[in-house]
Amino acid sequence: MTSYLIRNAQILGGAPQDLLLADGVIKEIGTGLAADADIEIDATALIVLPGLVDLHTHLREPGREDAETVLTGTRAAAMGGFTAVHAMANTTPVADTAGVVEQVWRLGQEAGYCDVQPVGAVTVGLEGKKLAELGAMHESAANVRVFSDDGKCVDDAVLMRRALEYVKAFDGVVAQHAQEPRLTEGAQMNEGQVSGELGLGGWPAVAEESIIARDVLLAAHVGSRLHVCHVSTAGSVEIIRWAKAKGWDVTAEVTPHHLLLTDELVRSYDPVYKVNPPLRTAEDVQALRAALADGTIDAVATDHAPHPAEDKDCEWAVAAMGMVGLETALSVVQQTMVDTGLLNWEGVADRMSHRPARIGRLTGHGRPISVGEPANLVLFDPAYRGAVNPDSFATRSRNTPYKGLDLPGRVHATFLRGRATVLAGEPAEQDGTV
Amino acid sequence: MKRHLVSAADLSRDDALLILDTAEELAQLSGRAVKKLPTLRGRTVVNLFFEDSTRTKTSFEVAEKRLSADVINFSAKGSSVSKGESLKDTALTLQAMGADAVVIRHHASGAPARLAQSDWLHGSVINAGDGTHEHPTQALLDAFTMRRHLNPGAGHDLAGRRVTIVGDVLHSRVARSNVHLLTTLGAQVTFVAPPTLLPIGIQNWPCEISYDLDSVLPKTDALMMLRVQRERMNAAFFPTEREYSRRYGMNGLRMAQLPEQAIVMHPGPMVRGMEITAEVADSPRCTAVEQVANGVSVRMAVLYLLLGGAVFTDGPADPARTDSVETAQ
Amino acid sequence: MTADKEPTLQEPAPRPPHQVLDGTDIARVITRIAHEIVERAKGAEDVVLLGIHTRGVHLARRLHGRLAQITGREIPLGTLDITMYRDDLRLKPARALEHTEIPPGGIDGKLVVLVDDVLFSGRTIRAALDALNDIGRPRAVQLAVLVDRGHRELPIRADYVGKNLPTSLREAVQVRLSDSDGVDAVLVGDRDFASRSSQAMAAKPTEPHLPE
Repeated sequence: MTSYLIRNAQILGGAPQDLLLADGVIKEIGTGLAADADIEIDATALIVLPGLVDLHTHLREPGREDAETVLTGTRAAAMGGFTAVHAMANTTPVADTAGVVEQVWRLGQEAGYCDVQPVGAVTVGLEGKKLAELGAMHESAANVRVFSDDGKCVDDAVLMRRALEYVKAFDGVVAQHAQEPRLTEGAQMNEGQVSGELGLGGWPAVAEESIIARDVLLAAHVGSRLHVCHVSTAGSVEIIRWAKAKGWDVTAEVTPHHLLLTDELVRSYDPVYKVNPPLRTAEDVQALRAALADGTIDAVATDHAPHPAEDKDCEWAVAAMGMVGLETALSVVQQTMVDTGLLNWEGVADRMSHRPARIGRLTGHGRPISVGEPANLVLFDPAYRGAVNPDSFATRSRNTPYKGLDLPGRVHATFLRGRATVLAGEPAEQDGTV
Repeated sequence: MKRHLVSAADLSRDDALLILDTAEELAQLSGRAVKKLPTLRGRTVVNLFFEDSTRTKTSFEVAEKRLSADVINFSAKGSSVSKGESLKDTALTLQAMGADAVVIRHHASGAPARLAQSDWLHGSVINAGDGTHEHPTQALLDAFTMRRHLNPGAGHDLAGRRVTIVGDVLHSRVARSNVHLLTTLGAQVTFVAPPTLLPIGIQNWPCEISYDLDSVLPKTDALMMLRVQRERMNAAFFPTEREYSRRYGMNGLRMAQLPEQAIVMHPGPMVRGMEITAEVADSPRCTAVEQVANGVSVRMAVLYLLLGGAVFTDGPADPARTDSVETAQ
Repeated sequence: MTADKEPTLQEPAPRPPHQVLDGTDIARVITRIAHEIVERAKGAEDVVLLGIHTRGVHLARRLHGRLAQITGREIPLGTLDITMYRDDLRLKPARALEHTEIPPGGIDGKLVVLVDDVLFSGRTIRAALDALNDIGRPRAVQLAVLVDRGHRELPIRADYVGKNLPTSLREAVQVRLSDSDGVDAVLVGDRDFASRSSQAMAAKPTEPHLPE
C-alpha cells in the first residue's frame, strides 16, 4: 500500500506538523519526520481536517444514472473532501428493501472513492402508507441505521411514531424531511415577499416548522432518536433549540446553500435556484448560521441533488428541485462560517465529520486526528480563491447555484483509510496516485 | 425601453408615457378606412400561446396585422408542445424560423422571463400573461383607459388618481402588473379582497389594503374588478359564491357609492353575478368593452416601439422622444 | 491610393452657418406661396393644408393664416406624422409619434397641399404620399416647401418653393422658426459645425445617424 508523508500541514488549523500515513492509519505525527514514504506531499499552508461525512447525498443510482452514478457521485464526494456519504433512498427502485440497499452499498465499495452508507426508506415506495422492512435493511450487508423518506415527508403522525419506536431496536434514527404536504401543494419557492411578487406558489416556513414541532414531541414521547433533514427556517431552529434544551435526542442538519443563498435569487426565474426546501430569507440564513455555530444544528449535509440539464433548462414550474453540492460544500462553509468568525476549523471538523459520523453511527469516520486512527483525512487550501466552474466538476450533473461565484478554499487531497482518493486537486486512481 | 416587455416593473415613467402617447396616436387608426400601417412589413411576430386566451391573442393578432407584420400563431394545443416538447425546443424552433418577436402566454410564472434571458431566441419577448405573475400589456391598456377618462392628454400621467382593485389579487397577473405600472404613473392603488386572496408580503407593496369594499368606494376614481374563478371556492379561499358576491361583488347599490366621474373596469372575461352584476357591467360607467378596443392600440404601440426601430443585440439606449429638430431629410 | 489620406489635401475648417433668409424674407416667401396657391388652385376652394412634422406644421399654420387674409375663408388645416411610413425606421431606435390630425372634412376629392420646411432627398414626401394613400383619395396632391436644397433621391418635385438653395452635401441647412426655435431664419453651414441641426443629421439621408 502506498504510504504518504505530509509535510508542514496545519492539523485543524494548528501549528505545522508532518503526518505519516501508512497501512491505512496515521502512523506518526510530529515535526521533521524522516522521509521514508512512497509519496511526499508539501502541505505548507494547508489545513488537515478529518474526512468529511455527508448525511444527505443523492447518488441517483439505481434508476437515474443519467444524473449521477455511485461512481461519479463518490468521486465528486472525494473531490469535496468527503470520505463517507449517506445515499438517500429515493432511487428507482426505492431503497426500501435489503436487496436495494445492499446493491448501493456494494457499488460504493467498488467505486472506492468514499464509503457509501445507504439510507433506507421509512415507508414502502416512499408512499407514507406502510413501514418498509427496516430491520431487514439494518441486518443486511449495508447495516442501515439511518432511515428517511427524504423528498417526501412522513406526514402521517401514527406512522412517524411507529417508525421512531421501531428503530430503537437497533439504534436507528429516522431522518425526517419536514414538509407538511397540504400546506405545500403547488409550492414553488419560499412563501414571502418574493413569491408574492413573482406569482410563484409559496412554500411557507410553517409547513416545515409544524412537522418538526410534532416530530420532536413524538420522539420525546417514545424516547427515540430523531434527525431533522435540511433545516431551513429560523423558526425550525427555535423548535430544535427548545427540544435540545429539554434533553431530547434530536439532531439536525443544514445544507451549505441554505447557509449562503436567499430567495431573492429566484427573481431571475432561473431554476438552478429551485430546491426543496426552498431558499429562504436573509434572516433565516443568519439564524441557520448562528444555530450551526452554537451547535443547535449538528451538521452540515449537502443534499447533493444532481439533475440532468434538461430538468433545469426549462421554465421554473416544471424544473426539478435540487442542487449539486458535494464539491462546493467545504468552500461554502469556509465562506459562511469560518471567514465570518462563527466557526474555527475545529468547529468545521465537528460539524462536517465528527457529529454526522456519530449521528449515522459510522464508527470508522469522524475520528480524531491522532496516531493509530484510520487515515481518513482532507488537505484543504483555505487561501485559494476562484470562480466555481461547473465544467470541472466530477459529478455528472451541472446544476450548481454557484457557477461563476468566487468561493474560498479548495480540496488539495483526500485520504480514505490511508489511500489518496484525491491528490493535487485531481481524482486519484485506485492505487492512490494521480 | 428595454428590448423585451416581461414585467410592467421594467417600464420607467417615460417609457410608460411614451407607450400611452403612441397608443393614443395609433388609436386614430381605428376610425380610418384603411386600418393598416406598413411599419412592421417583413417582420415576423409569433404568438406563442400555451394557454387558451381568445381575447388577448386576438388583440395581439389585430395589432400585429395593423402594423403589417407577418403573424404566426403557434398554439400549444395540437402542436408538438402538447407532445412534451420543451419550451427551449419550441423557442429554438421559432428562432430558426426567424421570429423577430415572440408574444408569449404561458401558464408558468416566469416563462417569458426565462425566454428573454435565455439564448434560445434573439427576438423581443412580449409577455402576454404568465401564470400568476404579470400581464403588462393589460396593465398598459388599463392605464390608457384610465388616463382617457381621468386625465386625458398626451404626456399626462395618473398622479393622484385613486384606483381600487377588487378580487383575487393572489392569483391575478393583472393586479401585479397594474400595481407596478399605476404606481409608476403616480396613481394610488388600493387592493380590496378577502385576506385569503391577498399574497403574503403584500403589506410591502406600494399600495393600500382593505377588506371592506364599501368603505373604499367613495374614495375611488377607477374601480377595477378582477375575475374570481369558481374553482377557488373548492380551495376554501371563501365559503360560498354568494358570500363572496355579498362582500366583494359590484352591484348597482355599490355603484351609487362611487364618485360621479368614477369608472368601473374589468379585464374580462366577466363572471356576471359573481364579481359584477349585469346592472353594473352594462352601465355606461363600465369600460370593459372600451378596454378591449384600447388593448389593440396599446399593443400596437408596444410592438412598434419594440420592433419598429433598429434591431439591437442587447438593450438599446432609451429611444424615447427623439430630438424635435430631427426630421427625415 | 486614397485621396483623403493625402497630407497636402487638407480639408478646410468647417464654416460657421450663415443666414440666407431672415424673418422678413420668410414672411414674404409665405405670402408669395399663399398667393400662388390661390392663383393655381383657382381660389383655393377645395384646398386642404397638411403640415409635415415638425416645422412643416408651423409653416402650414402661417400659410393658413395668410390664406385666410387673402381669401377671407378658413382653409382646412391639418398635420401629418409620417414616422410609420419612413423607409429608414430600422436605422434608429423607434421614435415617438407626432400627432396626425386630418381636418373634419377629410381629404377625399380635395386638393391636398403638403407643407414642409426643406426638400432634400424626397424621402419624407414619398412617405407622406404613402400616408395620404391610407387616409383617403385626394383629387390632387401638391407640395409647398420653404427651401429646396436639391440632391433628390426620388422623382419628386415641389409645386411651391420659397427659395431654391444650391448646396453641397457637406452643408447643412437649418430652418429656425419662432414657434419652436424662438427666431425665424434659414442658415447654411458645414454640417460638422452644427451637428445637432436638422439638416446636419440628414446630410447623408441614406446613412444612419444615431443621436448622441
